[in-house]
Amino acid sequence: MMDFIRKQTYLIDFTLSSLMRRKGKNLGLLLVYTLIVFMLASVMLFTHSLKKEAHIILQQSPEIIVQRLVAGRHALIPADYLEKIGRLRGVVSKKGRLWGYFYNPMVKANYTVMAPDHMELATTEVVIGTGIARTQGLGIGDYFSLRSDSGNTYSFQIKALLDWDSELVATDLVLISEKAYRVITGIPEGQFTDIVLSVRNPREVRKIAEKLSKKLPDVRPILREEILRTYDSIFSWRQGIVFVLLVGALLAFVIFAWDKASGLSAEEKREIGILKAVGWESGDILRMKFWEGMIISLSAFILGYLFAYLHVFYSAAVLFEPVLKGWAVLYPEFKLVPFVDGLQLATLFFFTVFPYVVAIIIPIWKASVTDPDAIMR
Amino acid sequence: MLLNPAILALILVSAVISFMLLLAAGFAIQLLKSWDINSGSELQLRLERRTYLISTLLTWAFAFELISLILFVYNAESMSGQFVGAMCATGVLNVNSWGWPTLFLKMLVFFIGTIWLAINYLDNKGYDYPLVKIKYLLLLLIVPLVVTEFFVQARYFLEMTPDVITSCCGSLFASDAQGVAAEVSSLSPKAAIGVLYGSGLIVMLTGSWYLLRKKGGLLFACSSTVAFVAALMSIISYISLYIYEHPHHHCPFCILKSGHDYAGYALYIPLFMATSIALAAGVISPWRKIPSLNAAVEVYAPRLAFTALSLFVIFYAIATWMVLRSNLTMETVWW
Amino acid sequence: MLLTLTDINKVFNQGRHNEFWAIRDLSLQIEAGKITCLKGASGSGKTTLLSMIGCLSRPTSGRIMLEDKILSGLPERFLTDIRRHTFGFIFQKFNLIQGLSVLENVMLPAYPLGLKHSTLKASARQLISHFALERVMNNPVEWLSGGESQRVAICRALINDPQILIADEPTANLDTRLSKELMGLIDELRQSGKTILITSHDPVVFDSPVVDRIIEMRDGQILGS
Repeated sequence: MMDFIRKQTYLIDFTLSSLMRRKGKNLGLLLVYTLIVFMLASVMLFTHSLKKEAHIILQQSPEIIVQRLVAGRHALIPADYLEKIGRLRGVVSKKGRLWGYFYNPMVKANYTVMAPDHMELATTEVVIGTGIARTQGLGIGDYFSLRSDSGNTYSFQIKALLDWDSELVATDLVLISEKAYRVITGIPEGQFTDIVLSVRNPREVRKIAEKLSKKLPDVRPILREEILRTYDSIFSWRQGIVFVLLVGALLAFVIFAWDKASGLSAEEKREIGILKAVGWESGDILRMKFWEGMIISLSAFILGYLFAYLHVFYSAAVLFEPVLKGWAVLYPEFKLVPFVDGLQLATLFFFTVFPYVVAIIIPIWKASVTDPDAIMR
Repeated sequence: MLLNPAILALILVSAVISFMLLLAAGFAIQLLKSWDINSGSELQLRLERRTYLISTLLTWAFAFELISLILFVYNAESMSGQFVGAMCATGVLNVNSWGWPTLFLKMLVFFIGTIWLAINYLDNKGYDYPLVKIKYLLLLLIVPLVVTEFFVQARYFLEMTPDVITSCCGSLFASDAQGVAAEVSSLSPKAAIGVLYGSGLIVMLTGSWYLLRKKGGLLFACSSTVAFVAALMSIISYISLYIYEHPHHHCPFCILKSGHDYAGYALYIPLFMATSIALAAGVISPWRKIPSLNAAVEVYAPRLAFTALSLFVIFYAIATWMVLRSNLTMETVWW
Repeated sequence: MLLTLTDINKVFNQGRHNEFWAIRDLSLQIEAGKITCLKGASGSGKTTLLSMIGCLSRPTSGRIMLEDKILSGLPERFLTDIRRHTFGFIFQKFNLIQGLSVLENVMLPAYPLGLKHSTLKASARQLISHFALERVMNNPVEWLSGGESQRVAICRALINDPQILIADEPTANLDTRLSKELMGLIDELRQSGKTILITSHDPVVFDSPVVDRIIEMRDGQILGS
């Protein structure tokens, strides 16, 4: 065992000096390799981070959202439905929500306006998301107006800005008191936009949704788990598409690697011949060449991943945003939560190191079995 | 189909491994036809050089197969959010009828790969390559297995649709459900314990006999396979319950999660290693009689047997400890 | 008898239009502890013969035996193992690895054996000082003179303490003075118990009093047999 380890150390030692001796060729390969890892890692880190962010935020979302449908479209839900729902086993709490969309033609932005129940707001106060504050240059104490459907404009004084943590979903959020909301939208007392239910045991959510549909046939329950699943799917799907697009680059890389491994210079051939002549066996040469490949692979992997990490988490993935986030006027500016996991690393490994290793097997073998006899001549 | 990088990676890896094996098989056929160790002809020299290529291809292929097994399980775990009813890998594997076969095939390929690599390693120690024909014939038998794994896995992923409602481990492994998994879970703990420690005892005995008396290598290999299956059954049947501290949670995958201190690894890693090393130890024993291999077998068989036995001991120790230290008590229910 | 060759044949490109029999029906015996010189023009097959004796290649047919062990049928792995411990090679172009130091070049043949580093280094240093190369021990080999390179090549050939030294045209790149010096070194090695096999068409070599036996080759066969 010790012999084996010592032998590998000698081989690695020789490999390192051999790589140093051919800096030009190896640096070129390393650069391309690192680039490939960088691209793929960036996509993965970015997507995973977004997914995780979505998960974290949605944790606070209610387990079931009950929406009323009229002719297949979302309609207001009467407050007495709360009683009609009655007591369902597993439902911890139920309440009505008031929220809606507001389009501001002057800044061409869509706001989500909501009457929160966990905040005390006076009728003239408003809390807005940082995206809105940013685009309109507003701060605490400034005035923010909303134009109602009846044509009147209502002014609110900004009491606070929504904090950074939830930028992803809250950037276009406007919070006003329930009374103010009803006045602006004209929604009378006794009606809500939708009803939300809190369920303690996630396994009972489906059952409750079923019972709900039976009790209230004109109602559509939306499950949080479905939302999460959809987000997961979309992000995975988008990630998959980008990967498929990068297949071309990957293929080019594989061919490049093959070429580099096969294209032994006369000097390299001579060296292998000398090694064989002085007592190295084909297997030893094979192993040495593989160490070469491994060293390059590992360096490229680590460097590529590092750069991708910096790119995604310190420069907010400048290269990818448009594709992966979807477009809107109000771009949230938020710090992505670093999220690294084994699956991600393993997948990355399989897309980069694996093709490289496979591409070099045959060229390396060919190099290792050359006849040492040739150098005697 | 669900487009997800891990799935793409798995399909890619299986495809490439199948390709590598087909390539190796092509060379193997050539080798089997023209091999003649006593000839010094150029053809023979070329064939001997080919053996290095085949060895390299296969070593890497089996190494990647192992990693792809791990990736497969991880992926199933992480996809559990995308399927209704799935809360862990089990649910994802249940999505269609190809999930579990893929897993079993991957495990089978891994173990057979270990056997092949052991035979190959031994053969290289003999100055007249005595096992050439046997090992390349074996290779030709392995190839269809690997290709099948590729197709089964591909079907599994291609037929995966997210709107299928699948069952989670809670319902699959429940004792009152139908199917193999349920049968295993409903194995009474007393019986499971008996099977586990019984097979453990047999493994230790055959292994020690092999170590000391140099006989019964194949028996050791067989008993290690039995011990492996028994161990898996026991994990599902009762050990996992103690880890989860829940009398009805039988799932063999949830123990790999961080919530349970990654207990699964402490069990699965020694188990897999022990079984594969025991297989290697046992499979080299019939060749002891061949003069050119005798010395190698004398050296390696005891080493491998000893390592395998130690790992088995570690596994049984950990499994027992996990049961003993658990807060779950099944007094009056089971005992 | 140290080395016995029986009915050796070596062909290249067999069955093709450029089929070439480098060695034909050659039988030979090499004595231990002596300096034997293979003489012949280029193309006579002496390099081919040398590489077969030195376990660098296998004969197409025939048998090579080292004392009582058969070498000719062995696959590469085993051939290499024997070669490492039995044969040391000195080439006509020195063939040192550029970019590595003298010390590293000398230790190179022993890398695959996985020996303890300190032991290996000590043996290497011993050889290096024996051949008066201590001064340049850590220099890259590109900086060495012809004579120094030659001595490094000899050290490298001796690192695994082989029984037999094979030198292929060792004086091809040396002037007369260095050639005579080399023959002196070779004689020293013979006196320490080594067997030496040299190929050369340089009179300084085959006319040297140091050589015990001369074997002449032409067209893949030994003259006079």
